[in-house]
Amino acid sequence: MELFDLTALELGERIRAREIGVEEATRACLSRIEAQEGTLHAFITVTAEAALRRAREVQRGIDDGTYTHPLAGVPMAIKDLISTRGVETTCASRMLKGYVPTYDATVVRKLDAIGAVCLGKTNMDEFAMGSSTESSAFGVTRNPWDASRVPGGSSGGSAAAVAAREVFYALGSDTGGSIRQPASFCGVTGVKPTYGAVSRYGLIAYASSLDQIGPIAIDARDAAAVTRLLAGIDPLDATSVDAPPPAMPEGDDLSGLRVGVPRECFADGLNGEVRARVLAVGDALQALGATLVPVELPMLPYAIPAYYVLACAEASSNLSRYDGLRYGFHPEGIEDLHEYYLTARSEGFGAEVKRRILLGAFALSSGYYDAYYDKAQRVRTLIARDFARCFEQADVLLTPAAPTTAYPLGAHADDPISMYLGDIYTVSINLAGLPGMSLPCGFDGDGLPVGAQLIGPAFGESRLFAAAHAYQTHTDFHRRRPPEAGAAKGAKANGEL
Amino acid sequence: MEITEKLVYYVAELAHLRMDEAHVAQAAEDLSKMIGYVDKLQELDTDSVPPTSHANARANVFREDEERESMPREDALANAPQSKDGCYAVPRTVE
Repeated sequence: MELFDLTALELGERIRAREIGVEEATRACLSRIEAQEGTLHAFITVTAEAALRRAREVQRGIDDGTYTHPLAGVPMAIKDLISTRGVETTCASRMLKGYVPTYDATVVRKLDAIGAVCLGKTNMDEFAMGSSTESSAFGVTRNPWDASRVPGGSSGGSAAAVAAREVFYALGSDTGGSIRQPASFCGVTGVKPTYGAVSRYGLIAYASSLDQIGPIAIDARDAAAVTRLLAGIDPLDATSVDAPPPAMPEGDDLSGLRVGVPRECFADGLNGEVRARVLAVGDALQALGATLVPVELPMLPYAIPAYYVLACAEASSNLSRYDGLRYGFHPEGIEDLHEYYLTARSEGFGAEVKRRILLGAFALSSGYYDAYYDKAQRVRTLIARDFARCFEQADVLLTPAAPTTAYPLGAHADDPISMYLGDIYTVSINLAGLPGMSLPCGFDGDGLPVGAQLIGPAFGESRLFAAAHAYQTHTDFHRRRPPEAGAAKGAKANGEL
Repeated sequence: MEITEKLVYYVAELAHLRMDEAHVAQAAEDLSKMIGYVDKLQELDTDSVPPTSHANARANVFREDEERESMPREDALANAPQSKDGCYAVPRTVE
């Protein structure tokens, strides 16, 4: 089997068996990065030298028994809004160009502790605000399955890097779908853990009550292994929760599992090919012993409006810290403090970020707070109640990850709201704080990947991994990969083994 | 609701973002569209529904009040455009 046909865990196993060297795997990934980045631009920063040094260090640690984790020595990447000590962390913004964190995020410390080899920092929408990775201040990322299309976003660089096998897994972050939607567009497996499952310490904040770090991986087992590694309470994040880590999935018996299918998620606005592929996942789960249960999410049409009010309000508050005085972009030769702030913020932030800050400042302003911010918080309660009712009847929910497959670059350039609508199936999960997962479930007529979403109750990740792994045991969509970039479009439909 | 240019100037001032004649009309249009869209929330009667600020809010997360190391001063200043005498150097605020 060729190196790049392996999953992260399979590679880790061969590394521990001394069949493949850590440096060999790292060099192979760096070669793929070099060959494909001219087209894809999945990375903002590639740390090749440091990665090779690290690879040799990790190999020694594996040889002397320091590193025994199943993912030790496996090359990976980190979204460029997770703080990495000594490595520039930009948030894909001019505002943080040149910013070098002096501390590591908790998740980065955990990766270091098990002997992960990080190859660099991946591209994203500026401050994670977007669904296509087109708002990066450093240029777009292209979809490995079709370079004329977006990879999704905001974790588009992480999803593209894994899909193109530049790395074997990557960290992303998800505030309204930013792991699940790009995973869907790129044909990989992405997980947004339960709110509080993974420490946010060192994650540059967009909307603190919604943000979660999670994995973008090749399959459900890889995603489970990474989630288990990242999860856990952290004294440095007061919203983190002490919960047992999710279980590694085994086997394919789904007897007794009740899969809720929300009627509203298969209604108008959903692409017909996506609908067919996602419903086929339901059939496949049923064939493995699960029961399909019709459920309802009547608040679904209110999820995107509530999300944009709350996310933008939190963003306007979080991003008020960028004053140009302590770090980041700073104007030269301005003596007046107020003028300094205005210049730093107006020149440092891009258009979409400013648009969201303005909406958020409006929603929080005196006179409008009750009608918008408070109202959206109450609707958030109604959305959470919808899910609570569903989970009385079902153990997991099945929906599409996104209403379409990957769209052409520039498709939503003139109409931001039309892009927001693409988050319809993902944002409510963040509002309710639930775990969600996107897994590849086929291809459309253009050879573009389709993603299904599984949603669990709070801290129900184990169920998602079990269902996804059972499904992946009988399908090979997650094993398909695009031809090396630059080259043509990908596989056609019909992927069952 | 109608978004006037006056309101856009006011919100921009709150957010410390520059707004000028060349951009205010576009910003008003953008904001107007977004608020028009989120106004859908007004369809729902939420008078008896409590607000949710966090999905799984933990209250009063405390630790022992004991000394521990903090970020070294040189690290805190490492990314500052200007520093002086171990402090951030900022534009004059008091004449």
